[in-house]
Formats: sequence, structure tokens, C-alpha cells
Amino acid sequence: MNRRKFSGKFFTLLFTTTFVGKLLHRRASADTKGYDPSKHYYGMGIQIDKCIGCGRCVEACKEENGVPKEPFFFRTWVERYIIKRNGEVNVRSIDGRISGRDREIEETEILRSFFVPKLCNQCDNPPCVQVCPVGATFKTEDGVILVDEDRCIGCRYCIQACPYGARYLHPEKQTADKCTFCYHRITKGLLPACVEVCPTQARIFGDSKSPASPLTRFKRMNKIHVLKPSLNTDPKVLYSELDGEVR
Amino acid sequence: MMKFLPHLPEQLVRLLVVFGVLVAGMFFVRSMLPPELKDTSIHIQSTLDREAARPVHYAGSEACADCHEEYTIKKGGYHKNLSCETCHGAAKEHTENPAEVKPNVPRLREFCVRCHTFDPSRPTGFPQINPVVHNPLKPCASCHNPHDPKPPTVPQECQACHAEIARMKAVSRHVLLDCTTCHNAPNGHKISPRVVKASIPTDRDFCGKCHGSGAQMKEAPKIDLTSHGEKYLCWQCHYPHQPGLD
Repeated sequence: MNRRKFSGKFFTLLFTTTFVGKLLHRRASADTKGYDPSKHYYGMGIQIDKCIGCGRCVEACKEENGVPKEPFFFRTWVERYIIKRNGEVNVRSIDGRISGRDREIEETEILRSFFVPKLCNQCDNPPCVQVCPVGATFKTEDGVILVDEDRCIGCRYCIQACPYGARYLHPEKQTADKCTFCYHRITKGLLPACVEVCPTQARIFGDSKSPASPLTRFKRMNKIHVLKPSLNTDPKVLYSELDGEVR
Repeated sequence: MMKFLPHLPEQLVRLLVVFGVLVAGMFFVRSMLPPELKDTSIHIQSTLDREAARPVHYAGSEACADCHEEYTIKKGGYHKNLSCETCHGAAKEHTENPAEVKPNVPRLREFCVRCHTFDPSRPTGFPQINPVVHNPLKPCASCHNPHDPKPPTVPQECQACHAEIARMKAVSRHVLLDCTTCHNAPNGHKISPRVVKASIPTDRDFCGKCHGSGAQMKEAPKIDLTSHGEKYLCWQCHYPHQPGLD
């Protein structure tokens, strides 16, 4: 065999194996187990006027997802807004009623006050996914933003980038952690834990691809607003009766 | 190769050969790399599998209804929309092993009070009490059935439910007025307060009986109803339970 014949055969072999291997791999990764993510697109609705600020959602979230119990780590949390007569706005997390420092309200001259439950907005255009240097966080086909804890290097870029403050660094795993809409529950047809325990149905969960889901009804019956719409993050957590002071 | 590229100088041909080898080498190295290093869908799939495999702690209210038909009483009461696990805690283990693992039954006052303490940020109309003065130390369940909660007796006084307003009125200039001076509360209001509502004054002349320029009441501040406040009702600007403060 001369040099020309050798190189010709060598390159044909190289190209065919590469492409055949690629085709085989495509087929292998197309397997799924019962749940078809392309048929769902999840979202949450929150009715501010129904929230009583009991913190059961925060408690249930910590229980369900193994979020550390200390009142600094939250996948979902509840904020108390106090708007005073002079226009001053005070915002404080009630810490899921864990720390006890939520009980006293020092403010006087209150004009209006209310609770706002918050969580990851599962943005359609997520800033956290854009900034991740290792591609550890991504948007799934059914619209949930997840973190690959094997890939995350704990650099905290996403925590800084999230305009809603929805991420934290898990103190044991040292990786970014956030609300997953209880991905292990919704793929089994259960509700997220916070929605399950909410005593006043302030939280509504549903599939926006289904014409009869509670979320579709929520969107039809309410005037909807999202947090920080000017950032064009296009959140999938929708609020009704949202006050203009809420950030 | 010389047949196809007869006019190219030899040094350029060599350069092209080197370039071709580099490109081919790149494809070769790529094909040798394990797929995890070049295909993000593998990472995504492994994360999806890991997330989906996490243990479920809250079983969901439908799981409770399979066995516990006896609590259909809850369906009619104010707690009808509460999930069982809101009060009884995560019960997935109980559904798998009903005989040995029993869910928590909250009997302490602290549990109920977490939702029902008076808090100015809570929505109007949500039933709230002041736990310091409301039967201190007595467990809530001794008077209220948590599966069908309602007041044990029909309240005789308005302040049993409207304590905040009563306390406010007690230090205001309207202290000597009964609630019924301004509000007409039908008897049904005490039994189902949200169905039968108490009335509120609907015209300016009602307040004018004391505060109008020709009224009998000497101590009350007087205004001219025809020129003061245009078309608005008095309570739209002046809060009657604490007049003079706004």
C-alpha cells in the first residue's frame, strides 16, 4: 500500500466511524420514561390578596427539598411589605416564621401592608442561564430552570445575576441551589409542596399548555402582572393584585 | 493531487496538506473524546433523571382521600380547601406504611395561632384573634373543631370579632356611641357574617344629624353639608372609628 492509498482509506474510515457513531448516539439518548416533557409547560400564579403570611409554604419547601433549616437559605420565601403614610416602604422577609423576628412590627403610621410570596420566577429568558460559565444551569423542555449539581463549580455568578434573588449557595454541596417547581413531584403529576400546603390557595400551579389547568383559569380570571417586567426576563410566575411598590 | 492543482506552487500545496491534516486531526480527536465532554444533552438528561428521582415527602391530598373518608365533614367547613398535610405534615411515609408511621396531630395553640393571630398585613376578613387575651393557655381544639371550625357560641358583642375596631373606638371621640348607632346588624350577621352583612351609613345626612350646621349636638364639630366635601360620603375622608386623626 502506498502513501496515497493509505491516507485515502484512513480518512474514509475516520469520517464514516465519526458519523455512524454520532447517529447511534442520537438514537440512544432519545429514550424517555413515560413522562413527555414536550407536552407540558409549567407556570405558577400567586394571588397576593389571599396570602396570610403563615410561612407554611416555606416550611413545606424545606421539608420536601432538603433545604437547610437555617433562616438564610430559601427556595421560596414570603416578604412583608409595609407602606407608611409618608410613602416610605419597608420590606422584610418573614423568614418563614422560623426565626421569630417576624412577630413584632415596629412601624407605626401604616398606610397599607400585605405579604408577597416569592420564589424562582422560572424566566423564559433566564439571566442565570446566560451567565453560567460551565453550562451547569439550563432550561428544560417543560419550562423549568434546573441546576446540574455535578457540573456547577459554585462560582456564584448566577446568584449575582438573578434579579429576583431566588438562588443561594447550598452550604453543604457548595453548588447553586434554587426552586425546581418540585420537579420530582410535577413529573409524577403531584403539585409542588408549597402549592399543596398553602391554606388559602394563594398559590396556583398549572400547565399553560393544557386548556383546562388551574393556571389557565387563573390567567383568564385575573389581571396579571410579573415582577420586574422591564428586565424582559419573561417570568412564568404570575402575580395578581400586585402592588406597584413590590420589586 | 498534482493533477487537480497543476498551477499551484508546491509550498502552497504543502501548506494545504498540513491544513487538511490538522482539520482531520481535529475530527479524529473529537471522535475519540467520551460523549460526556461534547454533548450537553447527556448532562441535561442526567440532571433530569436525578431531579425526577428525588424522594417525595408530601403525598398530596388525593392520597389521603383514598382511606380517610370519615373526614368528609371538612368538605363543608371553612377549612374545606386546606390540604390535610397543611396541618398534619408530610405524610408520604404514612401512605406507604399506614400502620406504623402516624402523621403528626398538632394540638398546641402555637400551631393554629400561626395563621390566626391578628396581623395587620393579613387580608381583611381573614379570621384572626389576639392569642394573649383569647382564652389564654386553652388548646384551640377544646372549643373549635379543626375539621369544621366555627365560633362555639353566637357572639353577643360586636368586639368578639371586631376587637381591633372596638379598641380603636374606645380611645376615640366616638367612644360613647354604640356600634348600632351607625351600623344595623341583622341577627343573621352573627351566625354567618360573610353572607349577611351589617349596614354602613350610605348618605351624608346621617353624619349631618350631629355634624351638620344646624344639628342639636353642641360638642360635635360642625360643617356646612352643602359646601363641605362635595359629593363624597363623610367616611371616605374621615375614619369614623378614630375621628380627628386623619
